[in-house]
Amino acid sequence: MGDGGCCQTMDLLRSEPMQLAQLIIPIESAHCAVSYLGDLGLFQFKDLNADKSPFQRTYAAQMKRCGEMARKLRFFREQMKMEGLLPSTKSYRSNDLDMDMLEAKLGELETELIEINANSEKLQSTYAELLEYKIVLQKAGEFFPLAQRSATAQQREFEAQHMGDGSIDSPLLLEQEMITDPSKQVKLGSFTGLVPREKSIAFERILFRATRGNVFLKQAVIEDPVIDPISGEKVDKNVFVIFYSGERTKNKILKICEAFRANRYPVADDMARQYQMIREVSEKLSELKTTIDVGLLHRANMLQTIGSQFELWNIMVKKEKYIYHVLNMLSFDVTKKCLVAEGWCPVFATSQIQKVLQRATLDCNSQVGAIFHVLHTEEFPPTYFRTNKFTNAFQEIVDAYGVAKYQEANPGVYTIITFPFLFAVMFGDWGHGICLLLATLYFVMQEKKFSGQKLGDITEMIFGGRYIIMMMAVFSIYTGFIYNEFFSVGPTYPFGVDPKWHGTRTELPFLNSLKMKMSILLGVAQMNLGIVLSYYNAKFFKNDLNIWYQFVPQMIFLNSLFGYLSLLIIIKWCTGSQADLYHVMIYMFLSPTDDLRENQLFVGQKFLQIILLLLAIAAVPWMLFPKPFLLKKQHEERHQSRSYALLHNIDDPLETDLHEDSHDHKEFEFGEVIVHQLIHTIEFVLASYLRLWALSLAHSELSSVFYDKVLLLAWGFNSIIVLIVGIIIFVCATVGVLLVMETLSAFLHALRLHWVEFQNKFYEGDGYKFFPFSFTSIQDDEE
Amino acid sequence: MYGFEALTFNIHGGYLEAIVRGHRAGLLTAADYNNLCQCETLDDIKMHLSATEYGPYLQNEPSPLHTTTVVEKCTLKLVDEYKSMLCQATEPLSTFLEYITYGHMIDNVVLIVTGTLHERDVQELLEKCHPLGMFDSIATLAVAQNMRELYRLVLVDTPLAPYFSECITSEDLDDMNIEIMRNTLYKAYLEDFYRFCQKLGGATAEIMSDLLAFEADRRAVNITINSIGTELTRDDRRKLYSNFGLLYPYGHEELAVSEDIDQVRAVMEKYPPYQSIFSKLSYGESQMLDKAFYEEEVKRLCLAFEQQFHYAVFFAYMRLREQEIRNLMWISECVAQNQKSRVHDSVVFIF
Repeated sequence: MGDGGCCQTMDLLRSEPMQLAQLIIPIESAHCAVSYLGDLGLFQFKDLNADKSPFQRTYAAQMKRCGEMARKLRFFREQMKMEGLLPSTKSYRSNDLDMDMLEAKLGELETELIEINANSEKLQSTYAELLEYKIVLQKAGEFFPLAQRSATAQQREFEAQHMGDGSIDSPLLLEQEMITDPSKQVKLGSFTGLVPREKSIAFERILFRATRGNVFLKQAVIEDPVIDPISGEKVDKNVFVIFYSGERTKNKILKICEAFRANRYPVADDMARQYQMIREVSEKLSELKTTIDVGLLHRANMLQTIGSQFELWNIMVKKEKYIYHVLNMLSFDVTKKCLVAEGWCPVFATSQIQKVLQRATLDCNSQVGAIFHVLHTEEFPPTYFRTNKFTNAFQEIVDAYGVAKYQEANPGVYTIITFPFLFAVMFGDWGHGICLLLATLYFVMQEKKFSGQKLGDITEMIFGGRYIIMMMAVFSIYTGFIYNEFFSVGPTYPFGVDPKWHGTRTELPFLNSLKMKMSILLGVAQMNLGIVLSYYNAKFFKNDLNIWYQFVPQMIFLNSLFGYLSLLIIIKWCTGSQADLYHVMIYMFLSPTDDLRENQLFVGQKFLQIILLLLAIAAVPWMLFPKPFLLKKQHEERHQSRSYALLHNIDDPLETDLHEDSHDHKEFEFGEVIVHQLIHTIEFVLASYLRLWALSLAHSELSSVFYDKVLLLAWGFNSIIVLIVGIIIFVCATVGVLLVMETLSAFLHALRLHWVEFQNKFYEGDGYKFFPFSFTSIQDDEE
Repeated sequence: MYGFEALTFNIHGGYLEAIVRGHRAGLLTAADYNNLCQCETLDDIKMHLSATEYGPYLQNEPSPLHTTTVVEKCTLKLVDEYKSMLCQATEPLSTFLEYITYGHMIDNVVLIVTGTLHERDVQELLEKCHPLGMFDSIATLAVAQNMRELYRLVLVDTPLAPYFSECITSEDLDDMNIEIMRNTLYKAYLEDFYRFCQKLGGATAEIMSDLLAFEADRRAVNITINSIGTELTRDDRRKLYSNFGLLYPYGHEELAVSEDIDQVRAVMEKYPPYQSIFSKLSYGESQMLDKAFYEEEVKRLCLAFEQQFHYAVFFAYMRLREQEIRNLMWISECVAQNQKSRVHDSVVFIF
């Protein structure tokens, strides 16, 4: 939405004022009006038919039609995918095709395509069958001569044996054979065909079992997968030949072949016939091939034309479906001539919406205009921030925790600065900062290119947060300068931490003390900001209870302990005093009346400490107890007065309905409120800004380890190879550990500091997002 | 280790248990059924189902829909879920999951054998088979002429082989002995499954023995009712009852000699869990018995989800989905044939 850049007045602190509006639209212009509202994208419809199931609603039939059309489009898309075509995206020339025409056209195209498919499938199947036949003929052609040859060989062997010795048993057998052979003259039948390779072993086994071994089966592997005529898929197959005898066996084999989907093909016994068959089949194949090619070409052309229009149709159908979806949420008025819509819209959009409604009335030649009027309600309106591409990502961070309550102070405003800043405190190194900046600038520069296309999961995330990362990088360059960190090299320039500290024994104690104190100051500042915001929230919502029993004690508690500590830190820095602040703070609790001796920083310190301690102790029960009790009292009062109030309002049915609705939800649970308050109090005390120091320390230590122990060590060997290896390791470690992992961890900790330490001081985050009916979201949601 | 499943169950079973509970949350609710029962056409049903987990499976079906398509697609969803769970499963869960399908396998064998006996086309029969009970050489069943061949040719390779030891005869197949074969196989299957669950121990054994006992008892009652007035002898009938369950052994003795439905009823009313089922029926009536049993079964299956760390949830989920598909089939059939008044006759609400 508002991509207007920074010049537009943005009210990010409080969400847009919203209103519940009622639209009364004559039926004839309803479709048009809803469609225009979708283009505008500033109206969130409420479902007035929530109790009705989808097919009981007014426009169920139209929804079904759209569903049918969408299904046809999906069918086309699938067909195009199979063909390897992509629907061209550049086809937004709008034509004035209306829905009925489109429906008819889609139906026509579908039946035509299905017909073409069926035809070509039939042809393909015949083709595949012939192809299989050809393969069988070729392979089986190899079997028969081979068998003949081995048969003659056997015969010869047998004869040789017979001649050789006339043993005792062989004449008998021979005699038998002699007798049986001519009388029965074994009429061997044979089947040839193809069986899927994975089933071939089971096939053989079953054949063996079914015929008790009275068959001869020979298989040969076909190297390339064959297209199965029935399923149309590529399958690895074996050619088989079965020899059998007897009618019963034949039937059994037939059944088994059928069960295994083994396609049988007749093969002639003698070679000449076989060659002839092969020739015939090859001819038929080439004929079929040309027919199939023509069919495929036709199909491809058709898909091409579909593809050129596809996106347009797709969007049309989606829009139409969306419009009817919205229309289904509207209810009829008493006369059944108008549709009544209710929904939320921002106040600033009132005139735009009215204009759009007027346009709809004109365009549809409707006799009566649509009516727009504002309803009064106690319902909480949705939260709507007008963000731009820069602020959007920061707002997302806040929304991930919870969507702001309507018009409550939005932490997103402060997050824009504080988030990158706290990140940078932990990630202070201007070398690393520059690397990060260069990487993110690439995304910012290529923004136009990237925003249109689909990115991978991680790239998408980085791209979405490009402005956050850019700010984080800029801030870490700044803090890096202050810390005097540049890949741990320690360059010299006239501000920031003195590079003389670098590498000395006291470096760590010095930096620790500095960073710890700095963390405390930053933390106290941010928490104070949070509490102050809670004051503004309370004032905005006219909630005195929160001011007196939350804001005031919190302010006192925080500042009498941590605020005082900050004061001490600043005094110590300014005066260069040797006082031990741990000692001061600890003994402030343990024995507040003791003399401070050398830890005294200013006059009257002891007195001030006692007062602050008393205030802090008083603030805890002040924070914890009065609010729940007062809430309970308020609730009871409201409950009593309500029974009287109802009578007055009874003439306005809508109003009272809303009243009742909202009251029903407010069942008061005292226990829950107490627990809530307790959690709030505990969370308040457990702030942990020292992570700023810890992570910053970790970062600088890690980077110095990589610098000293890898780069400098490699340098010391005086060998080019070692140096190159060292540099490679150094670069990998810097990128992998410092730039990627450390960024993630610092990001995470900054996130926590915002969500927990900062936002819980004032942020309720129990609102719901404004989700307007808009066509812009259609384009990118792909099923 | 009963009581300590929580320690180790999640190592192998945790992921799948979570998955199956997720699937279970997608079962249609009473509200869904109420809406479905109000549908006027099959398209309405499709529209309503498109908002449920069945949506993706039905959305690409062209509009004049048939009951068979609805059932087929819904079954396909169940099969897909089952297959993905089986892929992820390790022992002994994978064996447990396989056991669930043996019942369908038996039904498919019987379907094909009966079909070929009446000279129906094998491919047509194959399409009617439940996809969960498919095995490689199932089509070959058509070749067999008698039990012995059936066993020797085909079933020896399937998990059903051991169940066949009771019914290898050389008699030619006919309707009667096919039905006896079905029940013998089922008996052996249930007993084997029961033993397997006992071996697993823990909550699985406890819950599954309850569910399987119910199944066994229901079959015993059905066998008795169906065999009244046939030439099946009392001893033969007695042999078909599974050797476990609430009715075993004394109830079986009495069922074996029952000669009409009221005698069966008298036997069953001695068992408190079944008393409530039979008390819903009027005397002499057996039409509504199936529904009453289904309702009781669904109740027990739902209870299986109340405990954690056991395998019975998988069994329960599969059974509940099958019941749901039966419901959808009945509703679609009623809607398609304009018999909406009978919609409630056979629909068993799951929640």
